[in-house]
Amino acid sequence: MTSTDVLTGLLLVIILARPLLGRLFEGGAVRTWTTIFVAVCVQALPFLVLGVLLSAAIAVFVPASFFARALPRRQVLAVPIAGVAGAVLPGCECSSVPVARGLMARGVAPSAALAFLLSAPAINPVVLVATSVAFPGRPQVVLARFLASLLTAVVVGWIWARFGRADWFSPARRPDLGGLRRWEAFRVSARHDFVHAGGFLVIGGLTAATLNVAVPRSVLDAVASSHWLSVLALAGLAVVLAICSEADAFVAASLTQFSLTAKLAFMVVGPTVDVKLVALQAGTFGRRFAIRFAPLTFVIAVLASFVIGGWLLS
Amino acid sequence: MNRDTQSVLLVLLGGAVVRISVDDTYLRYVRSWTRPYLLTAGAVLIVLGLASLWREHLARRSAGATPAAPPAPVGPAAPIGPIGSIDPAVPAAAADHDGHDHGHGPRVAWLLLLPIFAIFLVAPPALGSYAAGRGGNNIAKPADNSSFAALPDGDPVTTTLADYATRAIWDQGRSLQGRHVRLVGFVSPRPGGGYYITRLVITCCAADARPIKIAVQGQAGQFPTDSWIEVTGSYGGMDPGTKTEQIPIIRADSVNQVKTPSEPYES
Repeated sequence: MTSTDVLTGLLLVIILARPLLGRLFEGGAVRTWTTIFVAVCVQALPFLVLGVLLSAAIAVFVPASFFARALPRRQVLAVPIAGVAGAVLPGCECSSVPVARGLMARGVAPSAALAFLLSAPAINPVVLVATSVAFPGRPQVVLARFLASLLTAVVVGWIWARFGRADWFSPARRPDLGGLRRWEAFRVSARHDFVHAGGFLVIGGLTAATLNVAVPRSVLDAVASSHWLSVLALAGLAVVLAICSEADAFVAASLTQFSLTAKLAFMVVGPTVDVKLVALQAGTFGRRFAIRFAPLTFVIAVLASFVIGGWLLS
Repeated sequence: MNRDTQSVLLVLLGGAVVRISVDDTYLRYVRSWTRPYLLTAGAVLIVLGLASLWREHLARRSAGATPAAPPAPVGPAAPIGPIGSIDPAVPAAAADHDGHDHGHGPRVAWLLLLPIFAIFLVAPPALGSYAAGRGGNNIAKPADNSSFAALPDGDPVTTTLADYATRAIWDQGRSLQGRHVRLVGFVSPRPGGGYYITRLVITCCAADARPIKIAVQGQAGQFPTDSWIEVTGSYGGMDPGTKTEQIPIIRADSVNQVKTPSEPYES
């Protein structure tokens, strides 16, 4: 039996069971869960498609020699340059993961590609403009977000350059493009990347919807008054909510009982570590990579928020 | 999962996204500005899936035509499956061969069926009173709260719940005084009796929804939870019944049930 048979069978069963589904999805919690799950998937999809197309284009149309010339050979320099280059990709975190992998496949050092992955969703112009709209009259919040996110990306990149190991990445699951014509290679690469990343995006959506419904917001009020706890609480909230980086500033601004530094942590952690993103990273680079990269990034992002927030926002 | 199945999934997912974006269904999940991006992304997925199905169909035909190709395995021994297995030119092993998958990679791709099913079969509604009950009224301080512009002309003047609540909380209701206001929202229960007229505000998608609640008093009447209503009335101060969140009151002259608006969220 091929997977096409399985698919056909599944489709038939589900369509026949449709009358039962309506009753199953009547409760408030279940309905809210389903709506949030669909919303996270639908909202992320255009960005994922954009990222997959860009990644395929990098893999097929940009010669590897381009990146060898564009980036310094020494990783100490390549990491900050790649971090700043993140400012040009106007997408959210779902695009940057496949693009970073496309860069690695083109010979860019992992540390530099990861710095790009972390900075792109956080410091691009769309996100910074959204932040300035969400915090009107407070340009220092925009500056703090830019600096703290860039600092996070560069420091994590440097740490990775020093301690990262190649065998933490799962063996490149790239389709064999040898012998294909360019557009054929583009099509095969794009479909392959999308099917992989898409499956993991769904895992992220399931997790985000579940946590969104299961974690009571009243927990937050209890910790809002403590400086240290409040920063950690909003950093943790950013991880579980998995809000698109273009929207998180508005959510941060609405958490009125928290300090500006705590809101900064929410906006610095969110685009770099959240449940949807970790699932995407695990699917793209492998689990062994994700269980090291995500905690490292979380710690550095929280520290960067304390440092920059303490300097600019207090 | 073989390549044809992957391609079919792409077409179905692209179709699901296009399906919710051609009418107003997508507004239950995301903001209206996303429509062109959703339509484009959906179209890309459909084209990618169809092109893949077509190219691989051609590749199989040419492979079947060359004399060196392995003999087709279809015969008495082949299982008679449903539609999908009418595929005489492809040996089963070749169909599932993806070279790099080692049998575990794309299994996760089956999960793509979940959003497809959720959209086509469940079509979950916009968030309502359940979601609203989980968050408090947190109205962000506006940029410059020294000068609230007067409400536009109109009697009653229709405004958003966000605008009403912002004026009530950060302008102490001054710019609402003496005005006759019309609000549209859904009913959510008020602890301790009565109900709130409620609206959820989203920035990007329903995952970032924040509620705005305004207590309806006066000629409030009774309406089922989650039904959509329009309230006309005037500013009635802040609700003393809630300690943890600031909830303004609208003193209703009349409340009517209305149709669910096509854009269920405020922004």
